[in-house]
Amino acid sequence: MAAVVTLNGESCPLDAANLSEFMAGRGYDSGRKGVAVARNGQVVPRTRWESTELMDGDRLEIVEPVQGG
Amino acid sequence: MNRVQETDRWDVAGLNLKSRLFLGTARYPSRKILMDALAASGTEMVTVAVRRVGLESGPKNLYKDLTAVGYHLLPNTAGCYSAKDAVLTAELAREALETDLIKLEVIADEDTLLPDVEALIVSARELVGKGFKVLPYTNDDPVIARKLEDIGCCAVMPLGAPIGSGLGIRNPHNLELIKSRASVPVIVDAGVGTASDVTIAFELGMDGVLLNTAVARAREPVMMARAIRAAAEAGRCALLGGRIPRKFYAEASSPVDGLIGSTPKTT
Repeated sequence: MAAVVTLNGESCPLDAANLSEFMAGRGYDSGRKGVAVARNGQVVPRTRWESTELMDGDRLEIVEPVQGG
Repeated sequence: MNRVQETDRWDVAGLNLKSRLFLGTARYPSRKILMDALAASGTEMVTVAVRRVGLESGPKNLYKDLTAVGYHLLPNTAGCYSAKDAVLTAELAREALETDLIKLEVIADEDTLLPDVEALIVSARELVGKGFKVLPYTNDDPVIARKLEDIGCCAVMPLGAPIGSGLGIRNPHNLELIKSRASVPVIVDAGVGTASDVTIAFELGMDGVLLNTAVARAREPVMMARAIRAAAEAGRCALLGGRIPRKFYAEASSPVDGLIGSTPKTT
């Protein structure tokens, strides 16, 4: 069975070897500000995206700033 | 013109600011009205939330728009009901926005949106330990405010009234008590319904006011933002000017000597 991750609460095929590739595939290169990602409940700083390998079943949360009070 | 704002700067969270207003960015009719209202208010600090990407309805690039103008961003943990969620949200906000500032909110229930102060204290302690500059949204409770300061929060932000209620400053005496015992800035967060509420907050001696709905949901947000700015200045001037004592009976303001028909004083 193909590996999957949970991205923002939805199942998603794991199509990248590391977090940097995964994020780039969604339009977020590591130089872009205003976005953050948590893997299994821990924030991964953008400097560690490249060295963070993704595994089957990982839970990822990608967030950005939105209008708020 | 020698407006009070130019000589009345203040320090909060390591920043030296001219405006004493923090504005929320939610619930505006459009991005343009948001940006125009922020400009009209004179604010230098605006709050944002962090949410999963792709789920925001409406225009994107909020981060770009706000930072282009040079606003300081104050991310919040709005919508968090536990200390754990609030801490992770704060950490995500720090990574996304490259700021140590966090408006810490831990909400107790949906109906009141009042703070869960137990979880607030737990999460404030953890975030201060992780190097955050924590600005907690709290009850108008002088005891809790003191505890938050003792933990190391860089300001305390008691509510004037529940979030979005527009009920104004419901317990002015508690806010005065909080201020009288605090050595960090006291910022009234939530409850403002209209300009005079802002004036009252500053007359009471508050260091700042954070508001959102009062401007965003006003019939004319930009006009209301102008009113809020003027109200803040009025309140600060009144505080610095010093109000007269309240008296039970009247006291004539015109001279009482020299009235026609009176007997002139000798000597």
